[in-house]
Amino acid sequence: MTKRYALGIFEDEDVLLHAIENVRAAGVKIYDVFSPYPVHGIDDALGIERSRLPIAAFFYGLCGLSFALWMQIYMLGFDWPMIIGGKPHIGLPAFIPVSFELTVLFTAHGMMITFFLISKLWPRWKVPVMDVRSTDDKFVMAIELKEGTDLGNLTQLLRANGASEVNEKEMTKE
Amino acid sequence: MQHVSPVRIPLVTGGKTYHDVTQDVCRQVEAKPNVRWMAALAVALFFLGVFIYSVYRTLWYGIGEWGLNKTVDWAWDITNFVWWVGIGHAGTLISAVLLLFRQKWRTSINRAAEAMTIFAVICAAMFPVLHMGRPWLAFWVLPLQNTYGSLWANFNSPLLWDVFAISTYFSVSLVFWYTGLIPDFATIRDRAKGPIARRAYALLSFGWKGGAKHWSRYETVSLILAGVSTPLVLSVHTIVSMDFATSVVPGWHTTIFPPYFVAGAIFSGFAMVLTLMLITRVVFKLEDYITLEHIALMNKIMMITGSIVGVAYITEFFIAWYSQVEFEQYAFINRATGPYWWAYWSMMTCNVISPQLVWIRRIRYSIPATFVLSIIVNIGMWFERFVIIVTSLHRDYLPSSWAMFSPSIIDIGIYVGTIGLFFTLFLLFAKFFPVINMAEVKSILKYGVDNGPTYGGPNTGAQQSTYRPTGAPASAPVNYNKHD
Repeated sequence: MTKRYALGIFEDEDVLLHAIENVRAAGVKIYDVFSPYPVHGIDDALGIERSRLPIAAFFYGLCGLSFALWMQIYMLGFDWPMIIGGKPHIGLPAFIPVSFELTVLFTAHGMMITFFLISKLWPRWKVPVMDVRSTDDKFVMAIELKEGTDLGNLTQLLRANGASEVNEKEMTKE
Repeated sequence: MQHVSPVRIPLVTGGKTYHDVTQDVCRQVEAKPNVRWMAALAVALFFLGVFIYSVYRTLWYGIGEWGLNKTVDWAWDITNFVWWVGIGHAGTLISAVLLLFRQKWRTSINRAAEAMTIFAVICAAMFPVLHMGRPWLAFWVLPLQNTYGSLWANFNSPLLWDVFAISTYFSVSLVFWYTGLIPDFATIRDRAKGPIARRAYALLSFGWKGGAKHWSRYETVSLILAGVSTPLVLSVHTIVSMDFATSVVPGWHTTIFPPYFVAGAIFSGFAMVLTLMLITRVVFKLEDYITLEHIALMNKIMMITGSIVGVAYITEFFIAWYSQVEFEQYAFINRATGPYWWAYWSMMTCNVISPQLVWIRRIRYSIPATFVLSIIVNIGMWFERFVIIVTSLHRDYLPSSWAMFSPSIIDIGIYVGTIGLFFTLFLLFAKFFPVINMAEVKSILKYGVDNGPTYGGPNTGAQQSTYRPTGAPASAPVNYNKHD
């Protein structure tokens, strides 16, 4: 299934941010904005909610910590207690380093795996992009063209808000 | 003309545009390898060959191929291990700690520094694994049930902590580095002409398109990764120092070791970053990105950490005297005046005296002086580990077992070989991967060049009036952005 998009190409992040504001104020729904680097303030302008990944990261960390403590206490305290240097079987201070490392390990990898999965990022042979310049030096505002959208009006709106060019692009929905 | 801030010095010189950044960084990725690169790779591969031969000798004939003896049973292997791990620390410090401190100048050096971290940790890992003698049994360090019953690994041992610390550090650094690379791989993919390059970089780029939501999440995960990497990097060298500090050997059994080792690690790491960056910026013509300002800042960090190390050396001496423990006192007197006095004084000269030269502005901003200094520091830090390890071991409690250590040709081969391994990996990285984080450099390109963004968030009522096309004088009213 193919969809048509109007692409407003911007040269400057400031112009882009004002344009996003005005385009949204005009009642046009923005599909996405592609930029070569993270533009600060774009989340607020587009109304993107704060990511909940940090919360997920915290719980992954908690899992790591519990797993590490359980592992060490079970293995050295219950399953096969050994006397090492006359120290207690469950010597919690000695378990701190491994517990800390596993907390970090679980936090980092858990969060990153979640990030890649929810963002649908994984290796693929072909990556269809709206405009190849969006990974170089242009900011691309994509607006989905539905049946009956007036491209002329949209072009005018984007132009008036500082778009250097307005293109049309057909994309196959993944 | 662009307005230049009187307060903020631009981080990137040469009036670069976004496209210039892409061009300058992608140039060497897209160009055919040049003769200098090939020559450098040939030298690195030769030393990699030396490494492989030395490893073969070690595995085939055993640890007897090394110069170790009954008294000095830990020498170059652990020296090199600590040296390489320490070098790695600067990469994480630059990418994580400087990110948390909002030091935006880090953007042009963090990619290469992190690559250095990963390659240095790979080199470091070779030593403990080879010293096992039977590396095919390396999995014994993991908490797995063995075939004789449920006998587990000993979680009270600092050597086991090391296994967890180093492997966590390596894998987290790798993920951190790769996540930063994804947007840049996308840039190279979208510019690629050949079908192989386009496919290869499409795979590497994980389908990155640079959408707003993706960038938002990307920034979030970068921040969290920086947040967990910062204590991680401190923990790694702390645990490395505990390999020594928890043992009852005079000269090792001190509580000062963790902070002292961490400072030393950052010190040597910054020296290595400087060595690599000074070469990279010239070879790849990146002088506008890695400026004299960057070099001066790194020199300052090197000087501060070097001074911490210097204070630690003196403190160790003081505490040895103050403790009134005869053996402790002898260990330190023996370090400075015993048969290894030359190693001790090389260490003192290289690590304590030489970084103090950085107080002089002309040296701080001089490329040849910095280059020489960075190499001296790396030599000094190698000697530091050698001094700590060998001088504490070679004179045992019993004078009848006193011995000296001399490295065998295989010891030297493995050490020089890991340098070959390191440079092979680094040269391949420099050719096929973008050595500078393009996306992040683009985001700081305007730093100090104009009065900052005019956009102050939604509903500030200033949207229309502050619009100003690129390059126009920044006379428009300024709303200080909350992210600025």
